[in-house]
Amino acid sequence: MSGATDTALSIAASVRSGERSARDVVDEHLRRIDERDGELHAFNLVLSDAAHADAARIDERVARGDDPGPLAGVPVALKDNFCTRGVPTTCSSKILEGWCPPYDATAVERLRAAGAIVIGKTNLDEFAMGSSTENSAFGPTRNPHDPSRVPGGSSGGSAAAVAAGFAPLAFGSDTGGSIRQPAALCGVVGVKPTYGLVSRYGLVAFASSLDQIGPFSATVADAALALELIGGHDPCDTTSIPEPPPVIRASLDGGVDGLRVGVISEFLEAEGLAPDVAARTRQAADALDRAGAKVEDVSIPSTMYGLSAYYLIAPAEASSNLARYDGVRYGLRVDAPTTAEMNAVTRTAGFGAEVKRRIMLGTYALSAGYYDAYYGKALRVRTLILRDFERAYESFDLLLGPTAPATAFAFGAKADPLAMYLNDVFTIPSNLAGHPAVSVPFGRGDDGLPIGVQVLAPAMAEATMFRAAAALEAVAPE
Amino acid sequence: MSPESRESLDGWEIVIGLEVHCELATKTKLFCGCANMFGDEPNTNVCPVCLGLPGSLPVLNEKAVELALRLGQALHCTAKPGVFARKNYFYPDMPKDYQVSQYDMPTNVDGFLDLPSGTRVGIERAHIEEDTGKNKHVGGDGRIHGAEYSLIDYNRAGVPLVEIVSRPDLRGSEQAREYVSELRDILLATEVSDARMEEGSMRVDANVSMRRDGDTEFGTRCEIKNLNSLRSLGRAIEYEARRQVDLIELGERVRQETRHWDEGAGRTRAGRSKEEAEDYRYFPEPDLVPLVPEDDFVAAISASMPRLPSDRRERLASVANIAPGDLRVVIAVARGLDDLALAAVDAGGDASRVLNHVEHNLAVDGASSIDPAALATLTRMEVDGALTATQAKTVLAELVNGATDPVAVAASKGFEAMDESALEAVVDGVIAANPDTWAKFAGGEGKAGGFLTGQVMKVTGGQADGKAVNAILQRRKGSSAR
Amino acid sequence: MPKITRDDILHVAMLARLELTEDELELFTPQLAAVIDHAADVEALELDDVPPTSHPYPLRNVFRVDEVRPSVDRDEVLAQAPEVEDNQFKVPAILGDEP
Ligand SMILES: [Mg+2]
Ligand SMILES: [Zn+2]
Repeated sequence: MSGATDTALSIAASVRSGERSARDVVDEHLRRIDERDGELHAFNLVLSDAAHADAARIDERVARGDDPGPLAGVPVALKDNFCTRGVPTTCSSKILEGWCPPYDATAVERLRAAGAIVIGKTNLDEFAMGSSTENSAFGPTRNPHDPSRVPGGSSGGSAAAVAAGFAPLAFGSDTGGSIRQPAALCGVVGVKPTYGLVSRYGLVAFASSLDQIGPFSATVADAALALELIGGHDPCDTTSIPEPPPVIRASLDGGVDGLRVGVISEFLEAEGLAPDVAARTRQAADALDRAGAKVEDVSIPSTMYGLSAYYLIAPAEASSNLARYDGVRYGLRVDAPTTAEMNAVTRTAGFGAEVKRRIMLGTYALSAGYYDAYYGKALRVRTLILRDFERAYESFDLLLGPTAPATAFAFGAKADPLAMYLNDVFTIPSNLAGHPAVSVPFGRGDDGLPIGVQVLAPAMAEATMFRAAAALEAVAPE
Repeated sequence: MSPESRESLDGWEIVIGLEVHCELATKTKLFCGCANMFGDEPNTNVCPVCLGLPGSLPVLNEKAVELALRLGQALHCTAKPGVFARKNYFYPDMPKDYQVSQYDMPTNVDGFLDLPSGTRVGIERAHIEEDTGKNKHVGGDGRIHGAEYSLIDYNRAGVPLVEIVSRPDLRGSEQAREYVSELRDILLATEVSDARMEEGSMRVDANVSMRRDGDTEFGTRCEIKNLNSLRSLGRAIEYEARRQVDLIELGERVRQETRHWDEGAGRTRAGRSKEEAEDYRYFPEPDLVPLVPEDDFVAAISASMPRLPSDRRERLASVANIAPGDLRVVIAVARGLDDLALAAVDAGGDASRVLNHVEHNLAVDGASSIDPAALATLTRMEVDGALTATQAKTVLAELVNGATDPVAVAASKGFEAMDESALEAVVDGVIAANPDTWAKFAGGEGKAGGFLTGQVMKVTGGQADGKAVNAILQRRKGSSAR
Repeated sequence: MPKITRDDILHVAMLARLELTEDELELFTPQLAAVIDHAADVEALELDDVPPTSHPYPLRNVFRVDEVRPSVDRDEVLAQAPEVEDNQFKVPAILGDEP
């Protein structure tokens, strides 16, 4: 894609060696943003001044001979639901317009400590609820491959930023596919790590038991580096896994010889899967087979209940997580004579339609008399899915499937909420199980737009998952 | 008839269950490192977590768990795997607009508390939850109703609480007060909470219902809030009982509702009903993981449990050979003087006199440092008639001040028991000097005896034994009547 | 399970402190009904002997030591508030009692 020649690894290497200044790197990326982001709207906010200041500090460190970090001078774009100290964090919602968090998310802290330079905050579906970025209160992001199409979502801004060469690395959050689906639609790599591998501290919550932060990049190697740097235990997140994070890069070139890979038959037989995506997925399976993997189809029946379970669990948690936007402590307030009325008019004015729909859906799923039928049932389905995956992983090391049902769609094509939700059918099971998955670009569709295939792995098996991702990347058709 | 004027609740039984919220004596809040401190400048002990800022996450305070388990053990509860849940409702003092509490899986269940008077009160559960901030209502009369606006301080938001829910086993305001007072003593003894009702670190809500004597079904209950002292608790229950009986006797229905105690007006008032029906939409808090008390942790807490008030009463009562509900035993334990009393009895002291001194003469600083052997000797001297009650009190004051030999103190004060004939002479002198009073006394007026005894004390400089004086007066009265 | 109705939507909107226009009510009712209908597959499952999973990665007993950490500067916190008086967050009259 346009000018995406620099990888994070190559930039860091050249900045660390003094071959290139961080200042030049930042300027070059700001220039690309300047040229094209007016059209694409990947960013809610571009941090030119802060990025220049950070670059100057990196260059100083290099000049002094200090270690500037493994991501020295690498511009990174952050989904605008990552808390950034003193920098507006909007979640693309009017209700948070102007809010400046007094703290950095743990992932942001780790990126800064590694020498990365935050170049901007990217657009998203409001509060990460959506699959197209059309639900942003600040207008949609456009797909760099075809500006008449959506970039996917909810992390559409981050996916588009990498695809457009605005930043070699971007970060998003994936609750039901919000990293992998836009990665697929924008032709970049997108990773949803094991739940608990990357701290959620400072990620504005959508659905707490599903949300996970992960990287976007042009290459699998860059994603591996990024994940190693942001992953690992964080005492500020109770659900953070207190174990050493997987070592990924060391085995990245290990190949797939001898790996057992299952192709999820329910995915390939799913109604609504476009033939070109199905064909590319089969092609990817064959490529792994040729590279030495033992590839077979596998049935994981309960994954087909995932969508229903997800659209009960995620809204339920969201309805509670979004209660705090009440006009009392921060963000928007619309005046009214009583606090209860003020809460209501503020929330009514501050939230968009999709957020309201999900809050109401979740409130309904949790309300008296319905909990057992909906939320309670959905949590049991989660157990079924986990058990089914467990059973599959007795015979397979990894699973393979399409990421999204089709290539990027046109704006307004999925105005019906349920039609939009069906986009997530292949990505949701990994969130419900808490398992990692990666979307790797694998050729294009009949319309010439990118297609992604998805590699799924058991919890904390990122190292194996990345080996397969790298193997696919190596043989991926243009 | 208004509730205030109803004389009697004869034929009715008051049924009470109490919900007591106590702030745990931790250094920090339940889910963040902000100080758990009463009375600081508003909004100085706040951070992203306890302000519920977007992106923040809770991490459970280990000490709060330990204290909650300790209380559970003190209340004979079973420690169970606990799951935190979100209780969803909008209120501006609650930063996340949900409260993190425990719902269907509380940490402590099925315990009991024995009242000093003997009743065993079931404890349904004692669960962990977070406190809210504080609202200050401005304008109007400073109460919520009629206020123009409110100001919110989040220093208290997220402070750890245990909510102790009793079964409806209490029968009357006196028992309710006894329960709260006993619970407070347990909280203090275990150092779980400083349990100050006046500062709000211990808050009591009472569920009150009425039924006719002999009925086995419960009546409809009302929950009474805003009970800031033992006195309010007692008054509110009495008022509410009368109010409910009035309604029932008029053939009306008691409505299940929350009512607020108005201390000034001396009555309960129905709460302003909220716009939305209560539907808290509890679900497991996804930001926290289950709390599963390890057996050895609970065992260690149990083993390190200080002796609790009920055990201490039991122990003292059995040594003193009186009932554990005897007021003197209850007072000795409440004052923390039971160890002294036990040691004094052990050292050969007279149990009854020891307990009398504890009740009447030792509500003072330094009482607990008295040498038990000295207290024992003092009571023996009284039994032997070597000291009068008044003299013993004087000697005891010296013991509190550090003296260790009551015999020496008595000698230095010149306290020697008057011999009987000398005392009779003094009594006869007083009778002769006060013929009118004597006539009244002889005529059966008890008060006159007090005056005569007082005169004898005056003449003897307090060295006379009041009992002995009274005995002589009675003898003289008997012979004059003949 | 009965279909989600207009009244259900009004009720949950009230619980969630959202106000809906007549048009929104017309729009949202069938949309949410469609999602709930889609969930009929899950609802129909017989899962009484399957335990619920509320956390994908099973952890337990995660604690923090009881040590005071610096709080956030009050001015920084209050600077974000819509309205402040006397270093406190100011809100209009509160009508309902605390539950
Ligand atoms: Mg409570
Ligand atoms: Zn705090």
